[in-house]
Amino acid sequence: MPIAAIIQVLLALLLAPLLPGVINRVKAFFAGRCGPPLLQPYYDILKLLRKGAVYSRTTSWVFRAGPVLGLAAAMVSLTVLPLGGTPAALAFHGDLLLFAYLLGLMRFVTMTAALDTGSAFEGMGASREAWFAMLAEPALLLGLAAMAVHTGSLSLSGMLDGLALADIRGPGAPLLLLVAVAFTIVLLTENARIPVDDPNTHLELTMIHEVMVLDHGGVDFGFIQYAACLKLWALAALLTGVLLPPPGGWPPANMALGVALILAVAVMVGVIESVMARLKLVRVPQLLVAASVLSALALALVLR
Amino acid sequence: MRGMLSVYNAQAVRISDCPTLSVEAFSEVLVREVPGRSRLVALLAAPWPDGSMHLLAVLAGLADDSLSLLAAPVGSQYSSLTPAVTQAHWFEREIAEVWGIQPLGHPWLKPIRFQASAAGNPGPAIGITDFFSMQGEEVHEVAVGPVHAGVIEPGHFRFQCHGETVHHLEISLGYQHRGVERALRSGPDRRTQHYIETLAGDTSIGHASAWCRAMEQLAGTRVSPRAMAIRGIAAELERLANHIGDLGALAGDVGYLPTLSFCGRIRGDALNMTALICGNRFGRGLLMPGGVAQDIDGELAHTLLGRLDALESDTRGAVELMFRAPSVLSRFEGVGTVSAAAARDIGLVGPAARASGLEIDVRQNFPYGIYRFAYIPVCTGAGGDCFARAHVRWMEVQRSIEFLREQLRQLPGGVLQQPMGNLPPDRLAVSLSEGWRGEIVHVAMTDSRGMYRLYKVIDPSFHNWFGLACALRNQQISDFPLCNKSFNLSYCGHDL
Repeated sequence: MPIAAIIQVLLALLLAPLLPGVINRVKAFFAGRCGPPLLQPYYDILKLLRKGAVYSRTTSWVFRAGPVLGLAAAMVSLTVLPLGGTPAALAFHGDLLLFAYLLGLMRFVTMTAALDTGSAFEGMGASREAWFAMLAEPALLLGLAAMAVHTGSLSLSGMLDGLALADIRGPGAPLLLLVAVAFTIVLLTENARIPVDDPNTHLELTMIHEVMVLDHGGVDFGFIQYAACLKLWALAALLTGVLLPPPGGWPPANMALGVALILAVAVMVGVIESVMARLKLVRVPQLLVAASVLSALALALVLR
Repeated sequence: MRGMLSVYNAQAVRISDCPTLSVEAFSEVLVREVPGRSRLVALLAAPWPDGSMHLLAVLAGLADDSLSLLAAPVGSQYSSLTPAVTQAHWFEREIAEVWGIQPLGHPWLKPIRFQASAAGNPGPAIGITDFFSMQGEEVHEVAVGPVHAGVIEPGHFRFQCHGETVHHLEISLGYQHRGVERALRSGPDRRTQHYIETLAGDTSIGHASAWCRAMEQLAGTRVSPRAMAIRGIAAELERLANHIGDLGALAGDVGYLPTLSFCGRIRGDALNMTALICGNRFGRGLLMPGGVAQDIDGELAHTLLGRLDALESDTRGAVELMFRAPSVLSRFEGVGTVSAAAARDIGLVGPAARASGLEIDVRQNFPYGIYRFAYIPVCTGAGGDCFARAHVRWMEVQRSIEFLREQLRQLPGGVLQQPMGNLPPDRLAVSLSEGWRGEIVHVAMTDSRGMYRLYKVIDPSFHNWFGLACALRNQQISDFPLCNKSFNLSYCGHDL
C-alpha cells in the first residue's frame, strides 16, 4: 500500500472537522458576524470526548452501538476514496458499491439508535431520514453507474485513469456536469444541510438529522459529530476527486490541491446556506427526484 | 346600542350605571351581536358592590366603533354562551376556573391555567387534563414542551398527526401563572406599576399605557399633549423593536440567515432608542399615571431622528432581501392560513387579525392619547397565512417610522406630569390600547375605599393562542415553529 494512500486517509481524519468550521465562517461572513473560531468543531469534539454519557432506561445496546458503528463506517468509507489524483488505499472492482452502502450502514445504525429511544421526536426524524435517503440513493448510484460506464471502471480509484483533462472540454463535459450537480444535491442531503435540513435550528419539529441524535451525549455525541465531519469530507472528496480529472504532477502538490478543492466545497455549502432558505419538507423529495433524473440522464448519455 | 351603556375608551363610569339584565337576556344580546355586529372585547366575572357576582361583557361595535358595557348577575352556573358565540370560549373557561361559575353546555371546559380558584381551592395538577386524541393505525401523537430547546417560555403542545400532517393541535398553558391579577387587587400601591410593566415583559409600554389611562380617567386627571406624544413615541418604538425582531426570527425559522442576523441587531437599535429616552430598553418606568417620567428635549429628538433614519435604511435592506428571496416566499405563502371568517369567529386581534383581512386596530377604532391627533393607517393583509402576518408587520414598521418622525419633529408642549388624586369608589373603567401584539384590555373596578375591587388584564395572546391552534389544522408538523413565530404570542401575558 503506497504511503500517499495512507497519508490521505490520515489527512481526512485530521482535517475533516475543519469543514464545518469553514462553513460556519462563510455563513458568519454573509451575516456580517465574526463567527466562531475556525477550529471550534475540534474544541467541541474534544470537549464531548471528555464528558460522561447519560443513557435512558428505555434504550438498549442498539442505542449505544449506533455512534460507534456509525463512526467506524465513516472511517472505512475514507479508505476507498481517491484524493487529488492519488488512488485510494483500497481499490477493487465494485468499491463504489461498498462506499454507497457504508453510507447506508451509517444511516441505518443512526436510525435504529434513534428508534430505540422510543421518543416521538426521534421516530419522526428517523422516518424523515429514511424517506429522503431512499430518494437520494438512486441519484448517487445512477451517477456512479454513469461514471463507471464512462471510465470503464467499477472502482472509484480506477475511474481516475479513465478521466482525462480533455473530458472537461470534450464530449464528457455534459456528463460530468450532470453528475456533479446530482452529487452536490446528495452531499447537501446526506449531510443535513440547507436546503434539505437546517443544521442550526433548535426546533425539534423541523429537524431531520439533529433530532435523531437528541438523546446522545458525551463521548457518543462526540463520535456522532466526528462521523458527520468525516461523512462531509467523504462526499466532498467524491465530488472533487472522482469528477475532476487528475492534475498529474508532483504527488504532494496534487494532494494539497485535493484538500483545497474539498475546502472549496465547504465554502460552496456555506454560500448556499447563506443565500437561500430551507425548502418546505414536502418539497425536498422533488429536489431529490430531480437529482436522480440528472444522474439518469447522465447514464443515458454515456449509454447512447 | 340599545340596552347597553356606551362608553369611550377608558371612560370611568359608576358601576351602578352599568345596565344589568338577567343572564338569559344578557345571553340573548350577546348571541344577537357577536360576531356579526360586535366583537367580544372582554367577558369576565366581577364582584359587584352589592356583594353578588356579575358577568360583565364589553362589546366593540364593528360598524360604528362603539364600546358598550353590559352586565348580568350570575349564580354558580349559567347556560354557556360558547355554542353560539365562539369568541366566548376562552373567557368562559377562565371564569369557570377562577370563580367556579359553571357554563353549562360548554363544549371544551378544561382548565386554561391550572390555577387555584378565587375561593382558594387548589387547581388541578398542571398539564394534566384529558387532551383530545385521535384513534387509528397510523395516527401518532407528538408532545412538545413545557421545556423547549430554545430559551423561550414554557408551554405544552399536543399534536395529533397522521404522518407529517397535523390534524389537531391542543395548547396547554399555565406554566407561567403568577397570580398577578390577584396581587393587583391590593392596589393601587407602589408595586402596581411594576406588576403592570411585567404583565408581558416585551409589552411594558403597551400595558403601562392601558393602565395609566384607566387610572387617569378614574381619578379625573388630564394628561398634557407632550406626555401623550412621548407615550406614543415609546409605544411605536416598542412596536418597531418587536416587529423587526419577529421578522428576523421568521427568517431564522426558514433558515434564511442574512435577515435573521441583521434584524437581530436592528431590534437592539430600536430598544436602545427607548433606553435613550428613559434609561431602560423596555421603557420601564417611563409611563406613569398623570404623564411620563422623562422628557425628550430638542437635542435628544435630533439624535433619535438620526438613529431612526439609519434604522429605517438598515431594516429596509434586511427585510426586502427576505421578501425578494423566492425560497423564503415559498416557505411563507399558504402556510398556517386563518381565513377571515375563522379569525372573526374566534376573535383574533392584532397583526394576526389584520393579516386575515380584519380591520381591527385600537389606534383607529378607539383612538386614545396621541392617536386622536396623529392618524396611523391600519395595515391589513389578505391571505391570513405566514406571509401575510410577516408582511403586515413590515407595513406596520414603516407606518410607525413615519409616525415617529412626525412626532419627533414637532413635539407638542405641556407639562410632563399632572398630579394624581385618589380613585373614587365604585367606579369601572375599561381601557384599551394597541400593543404590538394587538388589543390590550384592562378592566379596573374600584371598591368602596377607592382600591381595586378587580383588576382584569386581557393580553392579546389570550385571544390569539386559539388562533395558532386553528392555523395548524392540516399543516405540516415541520411548519409549526414557523406558524408559532408568525403569531409570536406571550405565555406569561396569557398565564398572568
